[in-house]
Amino acid sequence: MNAIETRSLRKVYPAPAVKKKRGVPPPPAPPAGGIVAIDALDLTVAEGEFFGVLGPNGAGKTTLIGILTTRVRITAGEAFVAGADVTTRPADVRRRIGVVPQRPNPDRSLSVIENLVFHATYFGIPRADAHRRGQELLERLGIADKMNAKVDQLSGGQQQRLMIARALSHDPRVVFLDEPTVGLDPQARLSLWEILRELHGQGRTIVMSTHYMEEADQLCDRLAIIDKGKLLALDTPAALKRKAPGDTLVEVTFDGDATVAADAARAMEGVSNAEARGPLLRVFSKRGGALIPALIDAGEAHGRIVRDIHLSRPSLETLFISLTGRKLT
Amino acid sequence: MTAEPLSPVTPSRVFAAILLRDITVARRELPYFLVRTALQPILLVVVFGFLLPKMGMIGRGYSTIMLPGVLALSLTLSAIQSVALPMMQDFGFTKEIEDRLLSPVPIQLVAVEKVVSGVLQGIVAALFVLPVARLIMGPIPGLSFGNAPLLLAVTILGGAAFSAMGLYLGTGIPPPQIGLMFSVIVAPMIMFGCTYYPWAGLTHVPLMKWLVLINPLVYVSEGMRAALTPGVPHMPIAAILSALVVLTVLFMWIGLRAFDKRAMS
Repeated sequence: MNAIETRSLRKVYPAPAVKKKRGVPPPPAPPAGGIVAIDALDLTVAEGEFFGVLGPNGAGKTTLIGILTTRVRITAGEAFVAGADVTTRPADVRRRIGVVPQRPNPDRSLSVIENLVFHATYFGIPRADAHRRGQELLERLGIADKMNAKVDQLSGGQQQRLMIARALSHDPRVVFLDEPTVGLDPQARLSLWEILRELHGQGRTIVMSTHYMEEADQLCDRLAIIDKGKLLALDTPAALKRKAPGDTLVEVTFDGDATVAADAARAMEGVSNAEARGPLLRVFSKRGGALIPALIDAGEAHGRIVRDIHLSRPSLETLFISLTGRKLT
Repeated sequence: MTAEPLSPVTPSRVFAAILLRDITVARRELPYFLVRTALQPILLVVVFGFLLPKMGMIGRGYSTIMLPGVLALSLTLSAIQSVALPMMQDFGFTKEIEDRLLSPVPIQLVAVEKVVSGVLQGIVAALFVLPVARLIMGPIPGLSFGNAPLLLAVTILGGAAFSAMGLYLGTGIPPPQIGLMFSVIVAPMIMFGCTYYPWAGLTHVPLMKWLVLINPLVYVSEGMRAALTPGVPHMPIAAILSALVVLTVLFMWIGLRAFDKRAMS
């Protein structure tokens, strides 16, 4: 059985109402029919898979996780989690999932251990069992010494661990994490990675959204790259990296429009693609750094002066740029 | 695709667990809760039930009129606040209610639980104010606890109607306007809620007598009067109880709709 399946999933948020003010020109009209956050999305996640959803801010990651965790209504299409339809059987879905939110939202009126115990009782787990399990989880996540502390006494990283412990307190089959490492310092991020690997090792299905390439690359079995609600690519990180065009991305920033330089670059040997975005010239080429003098000359021939040069080896990042024309972060 | 069966979680069990959470938290915050909800009614008792009678500006019998009104006020104010304030915070800012919205029950049950918890907190506030008021005002002529079933019915229905109203205020009103709502809705409601005077007394101002009928607090005050001081003229009991049932259903309906809108996007 698949852990997750979506068919032609679509989510449209109603366009925000625009207030008319006298004497003030109306702002640009919102798109007719609302804002499309998820569009024609077909996904299948196998049981036990570590699945990553990669995309920039506003790509639809949070909406997708919101739908799969029964917190966002579907506009069209279907979604199943752990075999249950999120629309017709949301309580059954909730029974089988654990959710780690983007921003920690612990119950601040309760202590650390109480957060876990009460949460487990919301799932019908007897108090004594909930307490034992809560203690185990806090130990495993390395915050057992904070057991009786108030939630406000925890650091950001510790609160994030508490959220993971809470998500696990009813032993879910599928764990959702929405950008879990945003705002964590590098050390806390690495130790969170360890925790996630361990969870995966236990055979749980993990669905994690992120906009960090490295994180997706390191942790995930498979990755879905989404932007503007659409699925752009879906494969293992290694296969996706092989799909990255050219060998190296050369980015040259000029002091003015780069269109003429892009035209010149396209004619150069070994260039697979070149495009201009305002003053930024992006060239995909096997020749990598060896191309730089020619690119500088191409700009200078039209009176453009180079302000910045950047080389990126083929990676998920360069693939993403070639797919969307945008950077992840 | 079908899900493999898990041992069933009964909604009533989840409901009880969520209610226990609210009771645990409320018990810890009891002193603050009492100050927040009982201080205003008690201050009213001090002025109208003690100072003014001492000065001879109000007859001694006024305490009989006032006590049911003050209890109605304690019950309803704390019921509204116990639901509206946490809802506003949870949905507007802290998102703390998220963990309950992820529990394996229909989300409406989470809202119903808040209303039940609001009723309980309203009862606690009223039970606290009653002896304090008696202490301040001295013996209250005509006070009787003989009609316990009616007292219970008015307390539960009144608490439910106002908790449900709190559910609507806490979820349906944009947070920046909530202060305005309290001054525009709650303050006039208290003044024209037949808390300081019996509804029958408004016969002298016929227009007012009919206008105040849109005020939900009137039915709780009159209900308390009918239950506690049956000697004082009051509305027919059948009218009071039916009005409270209608108000509870109405506020519950609009409250649940507003809650649903906030809880699911």
